Amino acid sequence: MLMHLPVLVVLAPLLGAPVVALMRGSTWPWVLSTLLSWFSLLCAVLLLVQVQSQGLVIYTMGGWEAPWGIEYRIDFANALLLVLITGLASVVLPYARLSVEQEVGTERAPMFYAALLLLTLGLCGITATGDAFNIFVFLEISSLATYTLIAMGRDRRALTASFSYLIMGTIGATFYLIGIGFLYVMTGTLNLADLAGRLPAINESSTVRTAFAFIVTGICLKLALFPLHLWLPNAYTYSPSAVTALLGATATKVAVYVLVRFVFTVFGIDFSFGMEPLAEVLIPLAVIGLLSASTVSITQPNIKRMLAYSSVAQIGYIVLGIAMGTAMGLTAALLHVFNHGLIKGALFMVLGAVMYRMGGTSLSDMQGLAKTMPLTFWAFVIGGLSLIGVPLTVGFVSKWHLILAAIELGWWPIVIAILVGSMLAVVYVGRVIEAGFFGEAKDPTRREAPAGLLIPVWILIFANIYFGIDTRLTVDIAEAAAAQLMAGGIVR
Amino acid sequence: MSGLGVWNYLIIIFLMMTGFYMVISSSNLIKKLIGLNVFQTSVFFLYISFGYIEGSAGPVYVEGVDLYSNPLTHVLILTAIVVGVATISVGLALIIRIKESFGTIEEDDLHKMDSSL
Amino acid sequence: MTANIALILALLIPLFGAVLIGLTGRWPNLRETVTMVTAVSLFAAVIRVLMGLYAGEDIGVEVVAVMSGVGIAFNTEPLSIIFAMVASGLWVVTSVYAFGYMRGTKEVNQTRFYVCFAIALFGAIGIAFSANLLTLFIFYEVLTLSTYPLVIHKGDAKAKAGGRTYLGILLTTSIVFLLPAVVWVYAVAGTLDFMPGGILQGNLSAVPATLLLLLFLFGVGKAAVMPVHKWLPAAMVAPTPVSALLHAVAVVKAGVFTLIKVMIYIFGSDFLAEVPYESIAVYLAGFTVVAASCVALRQTNIKRMLAYSTIGQLGYIVMATMALAPFSEIGAAIHIVAHAFGKITLFFTAGAIYVASKKTELAQLNGIGWRMPLTMTAFTIGALSMIGVPPTAGFVSKWFIMSGAFSVENYFVIVVLVLSTALNAGYFMPVIYNAFFKAEDVKPDKDHGEAPASMVAALCVTASLTLLFFFFNGPVLDLETQIFGGAP
Repeated sequence: MLMHLPVLVVLAPLLGAPVVALMRGSTWPWVLSTLLSWFSLLCAVLLLVQVQSQGLVIYTMGGWEAPWGIEYRIDFANALLLVLITGLASVVLPYARLSVEQEVGTERAPMFYAALLLLTLGLCGITATGDAFNIFVFLEISSLATYTLIAMGRDRRALTASFSYLIMGTIGATFYLIGIGFLYVMTGTLNLADLAGRLPAINESSTVRTAFAFIVTGICLKLALFPLHLWLPNAYTYSPSAVTALLGATATKVAVYVLVRFVFTVFGIDFSFGMEPLAEVLIPLAVIGLLSASTVSITQPNIKRMLAYSSVAQIGYIVLGIAMGTAMGLTAALLHVFNHGLIKGALFMVLGAVMYRMGGTSLSDMQGLAKTMPLTFWAFVIGGLSLIGVPLTVGFVSKWHLILAAIELGWWPIVIAILVGSMLAVVYVGRVIEAGFFGEAKDPTRREAPAGLLIPVWILIFANIYFGIDTRLTVDIAEAAAAQLMAGGIVR
Repeated sequence: MSGLGVWNYLIIIFLMMTGFYMVISSSNLIKKLIGLNVFQTSVFFLYISFGYIEGSAGPVYVEGVDLYSNPLTHVLILTAIVVGVATISVGLALIIRIKESFGTIEEDDLHKMDSSL
Repeated sequence: MTANIALILALLIPLFGAVLIGLTGRWPNLRETVTMVTAVSLFAAVIRVLMGLYAGEDIGVEVVAVMSGVGIAFNTEPLSIIFAMVASGLWVVTSVYAFGYMRGTKEVNQTRFYVCFAIALFGAIGIAFSANLLTLFIFYEVLTLSTYPLVIHKGDAKAKAGGRTYLGILLTTSIVFLLPAVVWVYAVAGTLDFMPGGILQGNLSAVPATLLLLLFLFGVGKAAVMPVHKWLPAAMVAPTPVSALLHAVAVVKAGVFTLIKVMIYIFGSDFLAEVPYESIAVYLAGFTVVAASCVALRQTNIKRMLAYSTIGQLGYIVMATMALAPFSEIGAAIHIVAHAFGKITLFFTAGAIYVASKKTELAQLNGIGWRMPLTMTAFTIGALSMIGVPPTAGFVSKWFIMSGAFSVENYFVIVVLVLSTALNAGYFMPVIYNAFFKAEDVKPDKDHGEAPASMVAALCVTASLTLLFFFFNGPVLDLETQIFGGAP
C-alpha cells in the first residue's frame, strides 16, 4: 500500500464524493467525508516521510511509463502542499458539521460534503500530478467544486460572487490551456519533467515565450495576484464559513505551487528570470498588491472581507519571495504558503464560530467578544498576532525568512514594503481586537461557541504556535524543496 | 502549410477575441457565458489544428497509410470539452438562481442593487 | 539545585505563577498570596543564578533551535544578572505595594492585572537571560504585548487612546526597525549570539554599520530615545504599580538593557569605535535628556512629569553607553539600578498620594508633606537621586558617567549632564518646597493621613534602597568591572 500513497491521497476523496452525494441527512455524509479526509492526511504525512528518505517519489499511473502514461511525481514542494491541503481539510471537515447545518441546511448537506471532497481531490490532484494537462483537469475539478460551494452561501450575493469567479477562473484556466498547448506543439510532451528536459534547447522560440506568458498570466488569475484579484474578496466573503476556511487556506496556495512548478522546474530559472522579465513584472505587482490590499483591509466593515483582502496582500508576500529567484526567497515563499494556510484557516474558522453565534461577521458582531465568547476571541487574537508576524507564531517565521531573503539581495525598498505591510496588518487586526476588548456586546447573553467549532479552531491555533516555535520541520522541508526546485526538476 | 496555411490560426484568433470581448463587454450574464463558450471553443480548435499534419490521414489504422495526424490533442480536447460543458452548465445554473433571487440577469442592474458586487 | 536549573526556574516561575494566579482569581487573598510566593521564589531563583555566576559555574540553556545557528537559548553574564535582580527584587516590593493600591482604589479586573503583571515579568526575565538576539527579540515582544492590557486597565476612552499610542509605537518600532536590524545582523554574521567583543567586526563595512546602529537605536522603542518616546507618557494611564515597576523599571530598563547588550555583544566596543558618525547616537541621546527635562518642567500631572523625567534618565544611560569610555559604560549599568530605585520610589509616592487623597496634579500638592510625612520624605529622596545629589544612588552613576566623559574628553556629555542636573532640580525642587513649606490651599473633604500601610512600607523600602545604594554599591561595581574592565 505504501507504494500507492501518491494516488491514494487523490483517490480517497474521488471515490468518496459520489457515495457521499447519494447519502441522506447531514450526519453520515459528514462522518464519511471526515474519515476520508483523515485518511488522506495520513497518506500525505506518510508520503512526506517517504520523500524525506528518498527525495523523490514517482508513481506511474496504471504502470504506463512516462511520458506515455501519466505519472505522479512527489518531491518536497508538493509533499508539503499535500500535507497542508489534507491537513486543513481534516480540520475543516469536523468543524463543518455545525456550521453547515446552520449555514447550508441539512437538505443540501450531502451535496455540500461531496463538493468539499471534490475540491480537496482537485487541489490534491493538481499538487500530486506530474502532467501539465492533468493539472488543467484537476484545476477545473477544483474550480467547479468551488463555484458550487461558494454559491451555497446564505447571502444571495454569493451567487454573483460565484458567477464572477466562474468567469475569471475559466479565463485563467483557458489561458493556461493555451499555454500548455503551445508547449506541446514545441516539445511533443506534456510531462513536466520531460518538458523541463526539452525546453532549454528551444527556449529562443517565440512560441515558448508566448506559452510562458499565457501560463503565468493564467495562473496569476487563479492565485489572485493584484490586479487579477477582483474575484477573491466577494468569493471569500459570501461563501459558507467552512468553505472560506478551506479556500482561504489552500486554494490560492495550490495556484502558487503551480506557478512555482512552472517557473522553476519546467521553464527553469535561467529562462524565467534570465530571458523573461518575470521578476520585473511580478515584483511591482506584488508590492502594490500587498500595500494596497492591506490598506483596503483597514476600512472594511465586514471582518471576513477584511481577511479576504488580507489574503490578497499575503499572496503579495508569497509572490515576492518567488520573484526574488533565489533559494532563500523561494524558501520564504514556500514557508509562507504553509504558514499562511495555517493562519488564514484558523482565522476564517474563528469567524465561522462568530457567525454561528452572532449571525454575522461585521465589526459590530465582534464587539465585546472578549466577554461573551472569550475562547473564540482569544483564538482570533493569537491568529491575528500570527498574521502580523509576532514572534513565537508561524507568521514571524515566514516574515523572518522573507526579510532575510530581501536583505541577502540588498533589496532595501522591498524590506521596507514588507515591514509597512506588517504595520498595516497591526492596524487592521488591532481594530478588531480593540472592538472585542472594549466594545459593548450587542447581546451580552450570547454564549461561547460550541466545542464542535472550538476544538478544530484551537487545533489550528496550536499549530500556529507550535510551528512558530519548532520551525525545524517546516523550514527544513521548505529549504529542501527550494533546493530541489532551484536545481531544476530534470532528475530522473 | 499550403493546405490550410495560417488561415485556421487567424480564425482561431478571431474567435478567441470575439469570445473574450463578449465576456468583457456584455452586461447580460447569459451573453457573457456564451462569450466564454466561444472563447473556450477557439482553444479547442487551436488544439485540433495542432494535431494536424499536412497530408495525413485520420488516426485510424488503414493499410497503406503511414502518415497519421496526432490523435493525442484530439483526446485532450475531448476532456477539455467535457470540462467546458460542465463549466457552462454550472454557470447557467447560477444564472437561474441569480434570476430567482435578484429578478434580473443584467450586470448593470445587479450593480445598482448592491454596490459591493 | 544547579545554577542552570535556577535559570530555567527563573523563567518558569512567573509563567506558572501567571497560570496559578488566573486559577485562584476567585479568592483574592489566595491570589495575592500566590503572587507574593511567585515573586519571592523568582527572586530566590535569580539569586541562585547570581551565586552560580560568582562561583564561575557554566550557565547556559538551549531550549530549541529555531533556525540554523540560532535558537531560543538563555545564559547569563554580569549585565543580565543585574537587570534580572533589579526587576525580580523590585517585583516583590511592588507586589506588596500593589495589594494596597489595587484594594485602595477598588480596581476591577484585578485577576487580569496580576496575571499580566506576572507575564510581563516573564518577559523581562526572558530579556535579561537571553543568550542571543532572537530570544531577546521574542521576549521583547512578549513584554510589549503583556503590558498592553495593563496600560488599558481602566478601559475608558483615555486608557484606550493611551493603549493605542503605547502599542502603536512599541510594536511599530520593533517591527519596522528592530526586526530588520536583527535579520540584517543574522544575514551578515550568520549568528545572533551575544559574544564578548561583538559579532559584526569584519562582517560589515562602516557606513551600513551606521545605518544598523540607527535601526537599533530607534528600533528599541522601549529605550525611549526621542522621537520614539511618546509611548511612555501615554502609558501613564495605567494603574500606578504598573507605572512604577514596568514603566520605570522593567520595560524601560529592558530597552536600555537591549541597547547596551547590542552595543557590547553585537557591535563590540572596538567595532563601534570604527563606525563613523557613531556619535550621532550620543547627540540624539543628549538631546533627549535635555528636551525631556524641559518638557518635564511644563508638566502639571505628577505621573506625566515622572514619565518625562524617566525619558531623560534613560537618555543618560544611552548616552553613557554610546560615549564608549569604560567608566561611562559602568556608569550606564549602575544607572540602570540607581534610577530603578529612585524612580520606583517616586511612582510609589505618586500612587500613595492618589490613594490617600485622590490627587494627581502637581498644583494640588501644597502642604501635603505634613499630612503624609513618610511619603513625601521618600519623594524627596527619590527626587534627590534623580538630580544626583549625594548621598543617593543617582550620584554614584552620575559620577561614573562624568569621569568616563572626562577620560575621553567628551565635553558634550559633560555639558548635557550639567544642564540636565539643573533642569531636574528645576522641576523637582518646587514640588518638595510646596509640599513641605506651603500651606494647604483648601482643606480636603476627608481628613487623610498616609496611604495604606503596605504601600507606605513598600515606598520606605525603595527609598532606603536608594540611600543604601550610595554606600553599598560594591557588588554591582565588581560585576560591572568584569565586563568593562578598568578599576574604578
